[in-house]
Amino acid sequence: MISSQRYDERIERRRRRGLIFSGLLFVATVSGLVVLITLLVDVVMQGAQWLDWDFLTRFPSRIPERAGIKSAIVGSIWMILLTAGISVPIGVASALYLEEYAPRGWFLKLIQININNLAGIPSVVYGILGLTLFVRFFALGRSLLAGALTMALLILPIIIISAQEALRAIPSGIRESAFALGATRRQVVWSHLLPMSAPSIMTGVILALSRAIGETAPLIMIGALTFIAFLPTSALDPFTVLPIQIFNWTARPQADFQSLAAAGIVILMIVLFLMNLSAILLRNHFEKYRLR
Amino acid sequence: MAASQHVSKKSLPGAPGGADLSVNVFRSPKERVVEYALGLCALISVLTTLGIAAVLVFESLNFFAEVSIVEFLTETRWTPQFTEKHFGIWPLLSGTLLITVIAAIVALPIGLMSAIFIAEYAPSRIRKVLKPGLELLAGIPTVVYGYFALTFVTPLLQTFIPGLNIYNALSAGIVVGVMIIPMVSSLSEDAIRAVPRSLAEGAYALGATRIEVVLRVMVPGAISGIVASFILALSRAVGETMIVTLAAGAMPNLTANPMESVQTMTAFIVNVSLGDTPQGTVEFYSLFAVGLVLFLMTLSMNFLANFIIRRYREQY
Repeated sequence: MISSQRYDERIERRRRRGLIFSGLLFVATVSGLVVLITLLVDVVMQGAQWLDWDFLTRFPSRIPERAGIKSAIVGSIWMILLTAGISVPIGVASALYLEEYAPRGWFLKLIQININNLAGIPSVVYGILGLTLFVRFFALGRSLLAGALTMALLILPIIIISAQEALRAIPSGIRESAFALGATRRQVVWSHLLPMSAPSIMTGVILALSRAIGETAPLIMIGALTFIAFLPTSALDPFTVLPIQIFNWTARPQADFQSLAAAGIVILMIVLFLMNLSAILLRNHFEKYRLR
Repeated sequence: MAASQHVSKKSLPGAPGGADLSVNVFRSPKERVVEYALGLCALISVLTTLGIAAVLVFESLNFFAEVSIVEFLTETRWTPQFTEKHFGIWPLLSGTLLITVIAAIVALPIGLMSAIFIAEYAPSRIRKVLKPGLELLAGIPTVVYGYFALTFVTPLLQTFIPGLNIYNALSAGIVVGVMIIPMVSSLSEDAIRAVPRSLAEGAYALGATRIEVVLRVMVPGAISGIVASFILALSRAVGETMIVTLAAGAMPNLTANPMESVQTMTAFIVNVSLGDTPQGTVEFYSLFAVGLVLFLMTLSMNFLANFIIRRYREQY
């Protein structure tokens, strides 16, 4: 028989171990956030000296005092609009086909596994595809269009997966009642499913595009790392984007350029923050009207 | 499903309003065109995979026409830029593995512990701050992490380790680890949450303390999901490009010393396209051979993770 005293001793030790353990867990969880805050503070402190209106409206320069990110900002806007224009229709259409049209079976399963795997392929590999297919084979050169096509393929799996989830969230009663009234599949999709899933699809699209706006490696692969001191006027022009300009400045040995990079990072993070914020607001706004 | 709805001519001779019910609107040309157009879009994702595989394999053939596969897999030097060229993948492979191991040492314990804390310990008010905070870490562009590794972490490490190279595997590996923490923590948290509450309550009823419930019931119950999250996160580390390009250097180096500069497969690929390597040369084609190895590695890791989830999932 266990004496009550020995038992008490043991429970004390077990409780103490649990307490230490939970302290460790807390420290581990917070350490991630500490790194995040350190990173943000460091970037803002390094970049603050360069952050002014001139920085936004000047072209890159070999002299740090005259350098700006105008061509990078304009390039990023072009890139995002083109990427969205290519990937959103294709992504939503793919999701519609997979969820509403495709016969259930091994083929659908295969496509689904394929999409999940595509999401796990390193972005630099997409860059290799873009370099070979768009830059060389289709002879688009190192242009905005080649970059946007590469980016579109990169974020396509993300858009498809989020659009599929949006469609799955629509109660099947909506489809069934529309069919019962004699609507065809196209009418159900066009006048019911698309409008109802639009807000959550938009949220997914914004998140996918915020991934695209920060991607660097695929664009370096297709050769966007050049000195661009002019604005693109068509989709076939050479370009630079914010992350590439940041990479370019970071890779230089001079401290001035590295703090310019920090200033560029601040701008990039502000853009990303606004995009994420709009995604969250959009989701919260439409959550109120969602059918249950 | 809907395609089988037929309207028979005989049973409905004259529909009200004179509508022609002999036509099946569900299979009208318009409907079919829409279906095929959507299907074509869905095919693009399949074509992307095939395109990637085809590009890597066919362009690699140009490389393997000049360098034998045996040399590629057994030679221990990688010197494409030198006059005496050697193409042995091992220095790049060891660089990638070194970075991945350092990242794993950072991310796996911290990620798993964060997952346990968020799933089992944190009150919902604290969870509402912690979870989005960790997700923010996942949203930071990798080039920003690269900047952070090179201009903050490396100088910080240099104060502790005098003589540390500006470009070193340690700093890059740590920051890659930070980058994949959110992936480990959110996937592991999902796995822990999927373990039924009744198992935990049963253990509590038997007198187990919280730590015992977590370590002996919840974590073992979620182990397949946790291991899968580890593998997926490490596959992300293997494919990570910008951090290692900026902070680990460009020296193909067969070493296990984290203080030294190393070059990963991804960093090599980027460096070839950064430089003025003329297209059509064996150096240029080596990019595709390295890309093929990288692609096969990450693909098999993803398959392994999915296999583990399917094969070893506890059925509750």
